[in-house]
Amino acid sequence: MSAPQAPLQLFQADQFVPPEDASRRLVLANDADPREARLDGIDVVELQFPKFADGRAFSQAFLLRRRLGFAGQIRATGDVLIDQLVQMQRSGFTQAVLRADQSAEHGRRLLAHYDGFYQGDAVDTRPHFANA
Amino acid sequence: MYQYTDFDRQFVRQRAAQFRDQLERFQAGTLGGDEFKPLRLQNGWYIQRFAPMLRVAVPYGEVNSAQLRVLARIAREYDHKEDNDISQANAALSDVPSLPDRCAHFTTRQNVQYNWIPLDRAADVMDLLATVNMHGIQTSGNCIRNITTDAYAGIAPDEVADPRPFAEILRQWSTLHPEFAFLPRKFKVAITGATEDRAATPWHDVGLRLVRNVDGELGFQVRVGGGMGRTPIVGTVIREFLPWAQILNYLEAVVRVYNRFGRRDNAYKARIKILVKAEGQTFIDAVEAEFVDILDKDGAPHTITEAELARVTGFFAEPQALTCDRKSADEKIAHILRVAAEDDLEFGRWLQRNVRGHRNPDLRAVTLSFKRVGQAAGDASADQLDRAAELADRFSAGEARITHEQNLVLPWVRCDQLPELWREARRLGLARPNIGLLTDLIACPGGDFCDLANARSLPIAQAILSRYQDLDELHDLGEIDLHISGCINSCGHHHSGHIGVLGVDKDGQEWYQVTLGGSDGTRLSGAATPGKVIGPSFAADEMPDVIEALLDTYRAQRQDGETFTATVRRTGLDAFKAAANAVRTQTARAATA
Repeated sequence: MSAPQAPLQLFQADQFVPPEDASRRLVLANDADPREARLDGIDVVELQFPKFADGRAFSQAFLLRRRLGFAGQIRATGDVLIDQLVQMQRSGFTQAVLRADQSAEHGRRLLAHYDGFYQGDAVDTRPHFANA
Repeated sequence: MYQYTDFDRQFVRQRAAQFRDQLERFQAGTLGGDEFKPLRLQNGWYIQRFAPMLRVAVPYGEVNSAQLRVLARIAREYDHKEDNDISQANAALSDVPSLPDRCAHFTTRQNVQYNWIPLDRAADVMDLLATVNMHGIQTSGNCIRNITTDAYAGIAPDEVADPRPFAEILRQWSTLHPEFAFLPRKFKVAITGATEDRAATPWHDVGLRLVRNVDGELGFQVRVGGGMGRTPIVGTVIREFLPWAQILNYLEAVVRVYNRFGRRDNAYKARIKILVKAEGQTFIDAVEAEFVDILDKDGAPHTITEAELARVTGFFAEPQALTCDRKSADEKIAHILRVAAEDDLEFGRWLQRNVRGHRNPDLRAVTLSFKRVGQAAGDASADQLDRAAELADRFSAGEARITHEQNLVLPWVRCDQLPELWREARRLGLARPNIGLLTDLIACPGGDFCDLANARSLPIAQAILSRYQDLDELHDLGEIDLHISGCINSCGHHHSGHIGVLGVDKDGQEWYQVTLGGSDGTRLSGAATPGKVIGPSFAADEMPDVIEALLDTYRAQRQDGETFTATVRRTGLDAFKAAANAVRTQTARAATA
């Protein structure tokens, strides 16, 4: 079972200071396999978006949250745009550090835009057809 | 066909609203062009040579008359050349005044495109589409694209099982998949349920064939890694039999492995075909291991239940209760054929070429031909779309299918209504009895519209259409797949044509490379394979003569009843090469050099 997950928290890159002790944070490279990562004692896994259109971190987040049952924070950093927030939340991210020019307020509206989705995801694992 | 639920309808409306918000932010300057690009692409909006292009999704090609009427209205009210400022555009060799507008275009992936809708009207068009449950979701971009299938799905007599329920389930699963919206490159899935592959499945990133195993259970043969483009590759079978209930779990494994390991450093090497080719068995092992983890560790949440398959299958029941025994159907058809033979040779030809057998003996599938002189292959004007909607209502329970070959099929035609339908279709210019013949060619929009193209497709297609108007000659030439692409991206599927034409660019001039012997994987064409190049490129002016020389060679070389492609396979390319070289004028020196 995946851990219960809080709604996605939004931060601005130019104001964000990581609250956790650096020793409890794991930064995973974009091509790293989360299944090979040592997660003991880790509270935050940081996943990177070198370009917003590079979608590898979505699969990394899925594997961390769903496959490995990681219960800590999964944080999106890098080229993080508000138009990807819904995907991030559904893939298992709990924190998104928005690029400085992004509007968090608009991002929160986008997060609430859809009533539902077809497929299950890292957070709500059941597809729509199984819930109907 | 599938009926949208409240959930489906609300989803489409919310998608249109989301796009409007994105467009407004782009217009206000708060969303940059580079960042808007993938968002608009995933709603079907390209920026082309003169104007935006919209690709509307037609899931697995099924469309109803109400949707056809909205497509007509969009053509009539929004697809206006004069609403675009083309003064800054590079017209290259295009004759802009002659380019068609106020029309829709049927694509090889069973979708519909428009070429002249200004971006500032884009959100209005998406709202209009949403009123009939249509949209442009994932018709472009590096994501799982709109799923295609056999245009005769669910009605073909040679079917193992109807692929449409699975295509719909796949559509839902792939729509706005959170993990798979930014893949290394586009990802195309085709599915067929028939013994004859009319969906070109080996040429897709994933090609699915419904099959039964030795125990009679239904499942999929899964191919991965097919594709055209610069590196034409036929997909590899990675599973001979996958139980149908597991198809979403298995595709999740395939796409996850691709998302993680597909190349992102070079767009030309980013398709899954390159990964499959480079990794071979390692790729297959990775997919199988991921699949096992999805089953064992994730609990296989996307296992399709019997109830869900039954629910979706229910939507695809035959639309009207037609009680008819085989004998009565046979008698009706025999009568129609007698009348045809006595009265009108052309009607007989239409029955032969444009009318196909049906699993219901009293019904026929009728193809309306959109390959005619004066209009681009697969183009439908606003009026033609409206008239096609009327034909669908009168003769086909309000339903139609867009085909891979860029025509429209009416899937539910009563055999005793064939003469009436023929007269109506002929009046509209949509009864040309050329389905499967030379002039039923496939062509992309080419350099007249497309920003990627190296050369124009439309003038070549028109020249060949015009030259081969004699029906006796066309029928004598028999079944030939002529496929024309304006560039190596291969939207016109030139690799799979018996005759393939590829536009190339040298020094700003248009040239055409010709291939022979390609196959989409049908029985007629043989195992899927790319065609072979017959020599240096030809000039545009030479092309009609080149095609004629190839066809004349076939007529001289063929043995009894042999098709063009069978002759090419038997004789090899030499005679064809020599004939094509003999008609060179501008390129004579290049060919002999």
